[in-house]
Amino acid sequence: MPAVSKGDGMRGLAVFISDIRNCKSKEAEIKRINKELANIRSKFKGDKALDGYSKKKYVCKLLFIFLLGHDIDFGHMEAVNLLSSNKYTEKQIGYLFISVLVNSNSELIRLINNAIKNDLSSRNPTFMCLALHCIANVGSREMAEAFAGEIPRILVAGDTMDSVKQSAALCLLRLYKASPDLVLMGEWTSRVVHLLNDQHMGVVTAAISLITCLSSKNPDEFKTCVSLAVSRLSRIVSSASTDLQDYTYYFVPAPWLSCKLLRLLQCYPPPEDGAVKGRLVECLETILNKAQEPPKSKKVQHSNAKNAILFEAISLIIHYDSEPNLLVRACNQLGQFLQHRETNLRYLALESMCTLASSEFSHEAVKTHIETVINALKTERDVSVRQRAADLLYAMCDRSNAKQIVAEMLSYLETADYSIREEMVLKVAILAEKYAVDYSWYVDTILNLIRIAGDYVSEEVWYRVIQIVINRDDVQGYAAKTVFEALQAPACHENMVKVGGYILGEFGNLIAGDPRSSPLVQFNLLHSKFHLCSVPTRALLLSAYIKFINLFPETKATIQEVLRSDSQIRNSDVELQQRAVEYLKLSSIASTDVLATVLEEMPPFPERESSILAKLKKKKGPGAVSVELEDGKERGELNGGGDRGVPDLTNALSTPSPSADLLGLRSAAPVSGAAPSAGSLLVDVFSEAGPAAASAGVNDDGFLRFVCKNNGVLFENQLLQIGIKSEYRQNLGRMYLFYGNKTSVQFVSFSTTLNVQTKTVEPLVEGGAQVQQVINIECLTDFVDAPLLNIKFRYGGALQNISLKLPVTINKFFQPTEMAAADFFQRWKQLSQPQQEAQKIFKASHGMDTEVLKAKLLGLGTALLENVDPNPENYVCAGVIQTKAQQVGCLLRLEPNAQAQMYRLTLRSSKDTVSQRVCDLLAEQF
Amino acid sequence: MTMHFLLLFSRQGKLRLQKWFTPVPEREKKKIVRDMTTMVLGRKPRSCNFLHWKDLKIVYKKYASLYFCCGLDAEENELLALEVLHRYVELLDKYFGNVCELDIIFNFEKAYFILDEFLLGGEVQETSKQVLSRSIEASDMLQEVSVIPRSR
Repeated sequence: MPAVSKGDGMRGLAVFISDIRNCKSKEAEIKRINKELANIRSKFKGDKALDGYSKKKYVCKLLFIFLLGHDIDFGHMEAVNLLSSNKYTEKQIGYLFISVLVNSNSELIRLINNAIKNDLSSRNPTFMCLALHCIANVGSREMAEAFAGEIPRILVAGDTMDSVKQSAALCLLRLYKASPDLVLMGEWTSRVVHLLNDQHMGVVTAAISLITCLSSKNPDEFKTCVSLAVSRLSRIVSSASTDLQDYTYYFVPAPWLSCKLLRLLQCYPPPEDGAVKGRLVECLETILNKAQEPPKSKKVQHSNAKNAILFEAISLIIHYDSEPNLLVRACNQLGQFLQHRETNLRYLALESMCTLASSEFSHEAVKTHIETVINALKTERDVSVRQRAADLLYAMCDRSNAKQIVAEMLSYLETADYSIREEMVLKVAILAEKYAVDYSWYVDTILNLIRIAGDYVSEEVWYRVIQIVINRDDVQGYAAKTVFEALQAPACHENMVKVGGYILGEFGNLIAGDPRSSPLVQFNLLHSKFHLCSVPTRALLLSAYIKFINLFPETKATIQEVLRSDSQIRNSDVELQQRAVEYLKLSSIASTDVLATVLEEMPPFPERESSILAKLKKKKGPGAVSVELEDGKERGELNGGGDRGVPDLTNALSTPSPSADLLGLRSAAPVSGAAPSAGSLLVDVFSEAGPAAASAGVNDDGFLRFVCKNNGVLFENQLLQIGIKSEYRQNLGRMYLFYGNKTSVQFVSFSTTLNVQTKTVEPLVEGGAQVQQVINIECLTDFVDAPLLNIKFRYGGALQNISLKLPVTINKFFQPTEMAAADFFQRWKQLSQPQQEAQKIFKASHGMDTEVLKAKLLGLGTALLENVDPNPENYVCAGVIQTKAQQVGCLLRLEPNAQAQMYRLTLRSSKDTVSQRVCDLLAEQF
Repeated sequence: MTMHFLLLFSRQGKLRLQKWFTPVPEREKKKIVRDMTTMVLGRKPRSCNFLHWKDLKIVYKKYASLYFCCGLDAEENELLALEVLHRYVELLDKYFGNVCELDIIFNFEKAYFILDEFLLGGEVQETSKQVLSRSIEASDMLQEVSVIPRSR
């Protein structure tokens, strides 16, 4: 053990530190520090040149003061001077000061870099390491510019000491992360990969971090590392615990290196080479087997290290998601951990199982642990473990266990920690809706939610229950009865009053036959809550009252009296006063017929209300709104607005205060004709394709809708909405993608990958927020396959994975060409070889309205030529597709047959693939 | 093992060591330190050693009067991080001999040097206790000895 005379030689520092520790108050501390700062300043400014030791001592004191949380605005120069000292400790303190107090002062950076350069070329390994540590600690762009070229050379040079290699590898990694453009591996790639074979385990341990990072960014260039990693792993896994000497940690051979190797392999798909794959599977099996062996030590370090490797192996197995046998074994292993006495292992098992639940091979196996997980939710003492249990329940939920899981989550909510209630509420609401088979269960669940955790039930949730009740007539009576009962509780949450007011106002008549819930009883019950409620709720109740007058004429006198009272008609709140006045007048002058018409039952909720636009406008930039507006308009044209009619949790009725206007006075009244039948509406909501069907295949229903238009909503589920705005000129295009988070919870680890290059997006999407991504497109040659966009993010605990075809189609690069009839037919004849023509005859799947057809053909990008075809019913178009490689002239003829409801579409172009592709795309549009 | 930061603080929430492996503005550093100390110190005894905070995993462990707490990327291995903390404690212990909080207060610069030998840029540089102790000792031997630059 080195003789440590604590703070050797720096007595002054030790005295200063004890002085600070003896300060009784913050003020005393500041006073002592100011005194010291003044002292140091005068020493630095003094005429007498300071010796290295004093300089070191004062710089160290400054560092201490800074680390205490005080600002330091001098001393940098003295620290830089220390760098060029030839005394090791002085240099060391100089570097430490620089590392902690980086200053972007360019003059200093130049001096610092100069000192580093000297140390790097000193050939003294201790100095070289100090310099490399400093670069890694600062990691600034200036340093990358100065040293990114030099460090790879040090890393792979044959005569570099091992310790220097280790520092160089990690230093390079840090520079690469900060300024990837400056670190060019090029010629070094293969020598760096071969560091995996280095004899020194420490070198491999350091180098593999660098290799993993580089591989994840450039998998192809580094793919030779896979087989090297597998053989290294295999050697470690099969070694006895003593073989690796000091790299064995508490009887576990090289845990850090093993984990890093397993992590590196997660940058790649399973190895294609059978032998390599076989060897790897063997390793994974050995690791799983070892978990069953009795521990070689009782120390927690032993089990932690061993299990760290096991969890990393399980991550790899889940990443491959292709070996059912290993997946199930992994699941069983985690199942054992669920009941382990170590809290840490229970926590990790719950967390890891969450990802396992989304694999088709192991979903069922995960489900078998439901009782244990529910028990964890109930009995774990630690909130973060309970949180993981809740996440796992959410992830393992499907139709078969939804009722049980929702019930357990609800009962957990009664005692849940405040920090996680809102998320829990949202999860329960989503599961209840997603897996509802009978809606009375759904209604019960949401009302329970409000009863148990009313404060945490966001507007979206209670709007949604109202929408569903309005749209499903088979649940209305039940809903009315249930809210009526719920309102009888002496204290009920305001959200319950809102739901109750709305539902009784609409459907109170369905329970009015029972004398226990006669109209007057209903009214008195609602009105008994009135005075305890906030203004928006009161406004809603007033609307419910006027609806009562229509539903139950016998309540008219009572209600009119309430409306007429001073507290209503002279209310200081303008909104309430206005409602009272207007409703009173309406009820006294309108005839029964007029009243019945005005106060008719709410029509089913249509596809989109103007209120969503209002919400969007409120939250997002003008660009996004115009996308929405255009989308609404165009969709209306294309398919009559009928096919995707799901108002969902967040889109619902979000007019600000006064919320949920019963009469729709404020928002444009929904047009009932445009709304699809309630049945189909709900089928859509409750279908499996909801948000938790996380790893569905490529979703391309949005894709074809964009052949003839450039803006709109590409994708939407309950969590995420993706809007597109794009523009094309010649062979170039630009596409803006807008990712909107529809929930109130943030998405973390948000990433998108395209099978071409894109700029990355922000990794975090806040609840209700939107991020934008721009993609520049150049059409090199004609193509069939659209680029694939892969979106990943975490919502709550569950990983969401969405694959979409980006609607980039060959026709986007059309330049319209106007031409006369003679020209057209001449060119048409020139393109008469059989392969130049593509033709399709197909049935009309939409109406054959002339204007719509024209709009679509124009949307295709071609010129629509008038007076060319002898038959005025037919359409002909011409355009040139611009690619970088060539231009392809293209002629089109569309012959509708209104009687047979059929079309014949003919395409001719100078390139067979183009004719075929445009024909295929267009045939789907009519 | 990408670590974003490593903090050592006392039961009273006094920060004893702070190491930032990624660039963080000073204001944000203060906020993180505050969040970490309140979060970790507020935990009941015998709770698990892991937490989620924003999009980071937090791993902490208490050794005597000191809490060791680090922030990791979301996909990192918590158990391994726990052993990183442990190995660091072992290194401090070997160097100071029965290390205590006071050693770290009065010799904070040594604690930083030892850490630099072990972790660099948030990654494990060397795991062998022998190798690490040797190089820490070697630099101690250089304490006040002038190193004459080799002529080249």
